[in-house]
Amino acid sequence: MQRECDCCPEIAVVHETLVRDGVKSEVHLCVAHAQERGYILPSSEGPTLIVSKLLEQTKPVAVRAARACPVCAMTMAAIRAAGLAGCPQCYSFFEGDLGLIIERAQGGATVHVGRHPEHAGELVDRAAMRNKLAKELREAVSREEYERAARLRDALLQLGVPVDKNEVDIAFKIGSQGDEKDGAPS
Amino acid sequence: MSASGSNPQPPRSDADRVVPTSLDALIERDNAQGLIAPDSDCVVSSRVRLARNLIGYPFVHRATPDQLNDLVHRVQSARMSGPFQAGVRWVNVQATAAIDRLLLFERNLISRPFVESPHPRCVAISSDETTSVMVNEEDHLRLQMLAPGLQLQPLASRMFALDASLERSLEFSFHPRFGYLTACPTNVGTGIRVSAMLHLPALIMLDEIDRMKRAAKDMHLAVRGFHGEGTEAIGDFFQVSNQTTLGRSEIDLVEEFTLSIVPQFVAYERTARQTLVERDPASLDDRVFRALGILRSCRLLALEESLKFLSRIRLGVALGRVSDVTLAQVDRLLVEVQPAHLARSMGHELNTAQDEELAKDASPHTGKNRDDRAARATMVRASLNA
Ligand SMILES: [Zn+2]
Ligand SMILES: [Zn+2]
Repeated sequence: MQRECDCCPEIAVVHETLVRDGVKSEVHLCVAHAQERGYILPSSEGPTLIVSKLLEQTKPVAVRAARACPVCAMTMAAIRAAGLAGCPQCYSFFEGDLGLIIERAQGGATVHVGRHPEHAGELVDRAAMRNKLAKELREAVSREEYERAARLRDALLQLGVPVDKNEVDIAFKIGSQGDEKDGAPS
Repeated sequence: MSASGSNPQPPRSDADRVVPTSLDALIERDNAQGLIAPDSDCVVSSRVRLARNLIGYPFVHRATPDQLNDLVHRVQSARMSGPFQAGVRWVNVQATAAIDRLLLFERNLISRPFVESPHPRCVAISSDETTSVMVNEEDHLRLQMLAPGLQLQPLASRMFALDASLERSLEFSFHPRFGYLTACPTNVGTGIRVSAMLHLPALIMLDEIDRMKRAAKDMHLAVRGFHGEGTEAIGDFFQVSNQTTLGRSEIDLVEEFTLSIVPQFVAYERTARQTLVERDPASLDDRVFRALGILRSCRLLALEESLKFLSRIRLGVALGRVSDVTLAQVDRLLVEVQPAHLARSMGHELNTAQDEELAKDASPHTGKNRDDRAARATMVRASLNA
């Protein structure tokens, strides 16, 4: 049976069972997310080949333990199982994974709008966040996730930071053709 | 759990007993006292909640008892403005008798999970009982404000002032992209939950409540029962609240609730009430006055029944068909018929086993035993025959 990646709707190719403190948890990742987390995959082969190879294995093929938050030691699998993050730092450490979960839970919203603590006013590094969102936008475009790309574009504009002209153009093109191309995740 | 085993509860003292003072925060005031809360014919109460967490600590479910106690001390030594200036009562919930924890819950001052949590935890309650701050619920802080009728905007501005005053002594965790950070990813961003408790008996009588629920779903609202999260709607009361907290400012959300969402439900309900009056006034009056007759004469009264009949009487009062009962009286009874309030009014010091059982029963449908039903009937009769 095919399984979705823990972090996105892609088909998972890495399947790992982790036992930590006597608690069993499972990890399922697509090629992109497996690589992002440092799993070493035979990179020259296409995804199909990896799938068939992995399916032959009976024991986990992963070469390293799942990443854990340096502050509270929660892994993404544990966060997913609990439905709760372990500490505020988890949100920075697992920003990519949690960002996708949050987006799904929050009706597609990607960026906070509203009040903020005084101490955070100057800390909000708009340029850094913009770079992150712009990177996610490019990834969304390359994966043909147009609806998501349009939301990221909106978030970028909402930030009120100067946005690269080319990117805006790309984003607006996306927005205009978005609806029909973006299928719902299976 | 081992956490609570290694952490024995301190002996109960009088300071930990919660003595109910007034219900004014929750209910409409009598006409004689002046103020009528806006839209209180259809809106019982408004509530605003904020979730906040301190930097430098894990979230509650990952924190040690020492860290949790430390958090309580940090918050207790913070200066809290607004409703707390007139007086604050700190209740050590972990050391409080089960019946009193349940009492706080019935009064909407603490959440259901906070009644039974295994963690060291406290709640600060303002002397007017409009405002509470739970420490070590799912998040380090859950701030909450209540008001009768539809009053979300004044509540929200008071809430922001309280939040700002706490921020002067406590550093809240905040992420430039995700906003205020919370244990559950579904609360990040503003961390705000606004809700209104709606009384919709006419929509139920006309079988149009599904339309209302569908509309709520389309507007991405959560619809819950009398006691919020995880409870069924009983006695025609529905709590509507926002489901998402990211990507929209608090002010926009509160404005939408105040100017669009709640008025829309109120308009549905008022139209339905008008239909009932025009179509068959005798049948409407029969339902209302039959309920009033039962509550004025019954000798045994179960909780579900009392909520059902109180709802009908409330409808009659709101439509001006019952003149010798006030909305305030009905809203007060809606709280007082509940198990912990009833047990308190009976002067019962429940033994610990019964006590714990009472608190553990997640459903509000407790009080099945004969004594409780008799006591509830006596109490309701006394109020409505006064
Ligand atoms: Zn993935
Ligand atoms: Zn963490």
